[in-house]
Amino acid sequence: MNEPRNRVLIIEDDPQIQRFLTAALESHGYVPSCAASGAEGLRLATLRQPDVVIADLGLPDMSGLDVIKRLREWFARPIIVLSARSQEADKVSALDAGADDYLTKPFGVGELLARLRVALRHQSERAGADAQSRIEIGELAIDFAARRVQRSGVDIHLTPIEYKLFVALIRDRGKVLTHRHLLREVWGAAHVESPHYLRIYMRSLRQKIEHDPAQPRYLLTDVGVGYRFADG
Amino acid sequence: MPAKASEQRPDPDALLARVQQEDARTRRGRLKIFFGAAPGVGKSYAMLEAARAQKAAGVDIVIGYVELHGRPDTEALLDGMEILAPQKLEHRGIVLAEFDLDACLRRAPTVVAVDELAHTNHPGARHVKRWMDVEELLDAGIDVYTTINVQHIESLNDVVARITGVQVRETIPDKVFDNADEVELVDLPPDELLQRLQDGKVYVEEKVRPALSSFFRKGNLIALRQLALRATADRVDAAMREYRDDHAIRETWAAGDRILVCVGPDPLSERLVRAARRMAMALHAEWFAVYVETPGLLRLPREARDRVLQTLKLAESLGAATENLSGESVAGEVIDFARQHNISKIVVGKPSRSRWRDRLRPSLVDEVARNSGNIDVYVISGEPGESTIKPPRLPQRSSNWQAYAKAVAVIAAVTLLCDVLYQRIELSNLVMLYLLGIVLVAARIGRGPSILAAILGVSAFDFLFVPPRASFAVSDAQYLITFAVMIATGLIISTMAARGKQQASVARQRERRTAELYALSRELTQNRDIPELGAILTRHIVATIDGQAVVLLPDEAGHLLDPTHFCARGTPAKTLVRYPVPGNDLGIAQWAYDHRQKSGYGTDTLASADAIYLPLNALRRCIGVLGLRPTETRQLGVPEQMHLLESFVNQAAIAMERVQLAQTAQAADTQIASEQIRSTLLASISHDFRTPLASIIGATSTLLDDASTNLDKDRRRELLHATQDEAQRLYRLVGNMLDLTRLTSGPIELKREWVAMDELIGAVLHRLRDALASRDVVLQIPADLPLVRCDEVMIEQVLFNLIENAQKHTPPNSPIRIAAKAWPAVLEVTIADSGPGLPAGEEQRVFEKFHRGRREAAQSGFGLGLTICKTIIDAHGGQIAARNLAEGGAEFRFSLPLEAQQPST
Repeated sequence: MNEPRNRVLIIEDDPQIQRFLTAALESHGYVPSCAASGAEGLRLATLRQPDVVIADLGLPDMSGLDVIKRLREWFARPIIVLSARSQEADKVSALDAGADDYLTKPFGVGELLARLRVALRHQSERAGADAQSRIEIGELAIDFAARRVQRSGVDIHLTPIEYKLFVALIRDRGKVLTHRHLLREVWGAAHVESPHYLRIYMRSLRQKIEHDPAQPRYLLTDVGVGYRFADG
Repeated sequence: MPAKASEQRPDPDALLARVQQEDARTRRGRLKIFFGAAPGVGKSYAMLEAARAQKAAGVDIVIGYVELHGRPDTEALLDGMEILAPQKLEHRGIVLAEFDLDACLRRAPTVVAVDELAHTNHPGARHVKRWMDVEELLDAGIDVYTTINVQHIESLNDVVARITGVQVRETIPDKVFDNADEVELVDLPPDELLQRLQDGKVYVEEKVRPALSSFFRKGNLIALRQLALRATADRVDAAMREYRDDHAIRETWAAGDRILVCVGPDPLSERLVRAARRMAMALHAEWFAVYVETPGLLRLPREARDRVLQTLKLAESLGAATENLSGESVAGEVIDFARQHNISKIVVGKPSRSRWRDRLRPSLVDEVARNSGNIDVYVISGEPGESTIKPPRLPQRSSNWQAYAKAVAVIAAVTLLCDVLYQRIELSNLVMLYLLGIVLVAARIGRGPSILAAILGVSAFDFLFVPPRASFAVSDAQYLITFAVMIATGLIISTMAARGKQQASVARQRERRTAELYALSRELTQNRDIPELGAILTRHIVATIDGQAVVLLPDEAGHLLDPTHFCARGTPAKTLVRYPVPGNDLGIAQWAYDHRQKSGYGTDTLASADAIYLPLNALRRCIGVLGLRPTETRQLGVPEQMHLLESFVNQAAIAMERVQLAQTAQAADTQIASEQIRSTLLASISHDFRTPLASIIGATSTLLDDASTNLDKDRRRELLHATQDEAQRLYRLVGNMLDLTRLTSGPIELKREWVAMDELIGAVLHRLRDALASRDVVLQIPADLPLVRCDEVMIEQVLFNLIENAQKHTPPNSPIRIAAKAWPAVLEVTIADSGPGLPAGEEQRVFEKFHRGRREAAQSGFGLGLTICKTIIDAHGGQIAARNLAEGGAEFRFSLPLEAQQPST
């Protein structure tokens, strides 16, 4: 591989998961390093300057949430959170604290690699030029400059709010966006506690964008957490 | 000889009593009494000397209270001793010094010296008498030194009074003296005492000096000294006997005597009680004091009835069991009681009364003696001064003028009738008409009018009909007999009628009490809630005794709480008003609770209160306290009322204890049931856990085996897939179990939000997209489905479980239909498959907990998943059901309530 190999810092106290992650990442060309506690993780992050951090939410010495907050004081690259099931509230607070994505244990290698790819691509896009003025995803085409959305070459009329919502999702496509995040982005800080706005506009957006709104292909729901635009 | 040995064995009951007494003694403090024959013999001095000796020996001893009476030699003994400050009680503007019980309890010395055990405390102190203070000290494990004179012992009180002519009001119950651990006689020969008196070494209050001068006569002093010596000797004797019992030395068979003393309203009764007590002590016998309430005695004035109550109280304090009987004949009731209770000796009083009366009517003594059979009867004679109290004559009903007018009217009517019949019937029959009139008046109106009627009748008859007519002159002397019979008939019939009414009213009263008790017990048995039982009790009590009643229940630490169940006559039983219990009264109630004895008004403890507090004593513990504040405190003085009150309280206490026990038993049952559920769960899941673990261990060990190099690539992948599938299965199982635990361990906290059901279904289908890849999933979801308020994550889990079940339990490629529909009040979701359906008859049971535990089906997690669904839907107030479709396959259907209004946008 000619590409520079990405450094991944794993902050996870369980040795079996460390082992499995290390093996999976190494075999796919990443350079992993492991920290078994929050403190060690923070230390290694400054020392190694990783491209991505994968952090478990349950750590022996401090909460994963605190690790994210401390990292985010200076660390601008992607952070992916590992959490157990039925911790939706924790996931949401981790995302709100600055994590880019989450993975629910247990997860497969395929899922892990997909999330890593999305995170790294966002990173490179952010580092590179400003967002492209036109994106094509599947049969959808979005022209930001002209505020125009097309499906299979046919114009789709979106209301201003629908368009704002759609753009917010597509700009961070592949990444889960929490309800609060979307509400703040689209409706403003005053409406972060009115999630039913989202439900209603997501439904109308799906009806306009999706072929089968009941089984969406693009606008996916992360139950209890938020929404994401399917990547690729 | 074995037979002899068994005879010599100590009586087990006596031994047990001794052990219990000894046990109580190790916990209780020891009481040492410095005992003297008369004031001035040097008891306080001896006590203080002993205290100094203890102090010198290093014992923690304090002086609780000493009356110095200005004696310098006694005062000198106090030097260097720790003296408790007396408490100051203010009573009607006068500040009185009193032994400070609470301070002493707080100080908790090993020994405390408190002078004058028989002292009556000033109003405002906790107990009426100092000996009660001392009892509490002993209960608290504090040893007490105290002093007492012979005349202060209750049972010797009257003897002393007769010897000296001075009645001492301050007494202590004999049991206090008898139970003292040590009695030290402080003896001074009479001559020396008189010398000390002359030298002014004995303190005497000025105002009683004249009375005391007769008290301190040599003859008196000798007699008192004799009494004191004998009382001490009796104690030594008792100690000796105790020792003998203990060591199985039994020469005489003393037990078996039971003594009964009959108590009446006359002052002689008190002496009878003391005599019986002395007899009982001498014979070591049990004794009873009995009062028979006859209809006649019910008419006694209040003071006389109070005296009966006092006498019974005295008997109780002297150690008797007291009983209140009621019946027609005193002698009959007494004999019956004696037979029932195996009494061997009856003590009765012989009031002094004139000889002719004795002849006329047999006295109680005669009646008892005649019917006593083999029971000995002891007769104690009264003194001339102690006159008996006669019940008042029967009340003269209808003493008002109307009754007399009626009598006159009756006689007038008879006279008119006679006037009509005169000459037609004989004179003797006219007399019968008059007699009939008199009988009518006597039976219906009363005694006075009947006498008037008799006189009027006789006069009218004489004047109008007896020749010579229109004159009171009587020609025939025989008519005098007629007149006498008419008057006598009137008297007899009116007396009988009045007595009959009296008896009927007594019977009515008794009936009312019985009915009240019955009604209470019936209501009590119908209730299962302690506060409710308390409310019933208070309601019944205020129905009987006018006032305010309250039940005070303790918290877990045993502190009584402010009551919420309060009942006054006329208020609804359940009125939740804070009962006006002043802080002080709550303390009195607490005392009653702690000591399991009644306190407050009319009792020995804190009698200054205007409410009485009765502990709800059940068999094993005290449940709480009943407080009663009667509008007229006098009501509590009536023994029947008090008995009724106590019966009420006892019944309620037993009912409450029954409820408590039932509650405990129920809690235990619940625990057992949940233990059973737990073990069922363990049994059912251990299978589900073992199967996938076996596959995983099998597959991985095969792969790790050295021979695995022989396996081809496809075979290796197959094993790895199996491992992954089984691990997934375990993961689902663990997840289900955790969810179930979370959902069933307490109230479910729902995070309700506005949720679009179509979106949730879509999310679940996305999660299951790999498993459903080969399936035809038919969706019937309207585009304008209303939003529903529910916990998004939980409802997603319901959908996931139901759709996954449909996928797992049906053949591959068979379709799954998912429909959502809004009804006016609910949103309904249906998931139907085309599989084999549910086992017939088990459509509803699939939701039961551990349903699958009965049959070990191949698919795992089935039972738990549906139980979780039902728990979640129930928590949302929705419904879930399963059924088999006619065309084949199973259908699960759940509904969630819809809000009346959708959110605004």
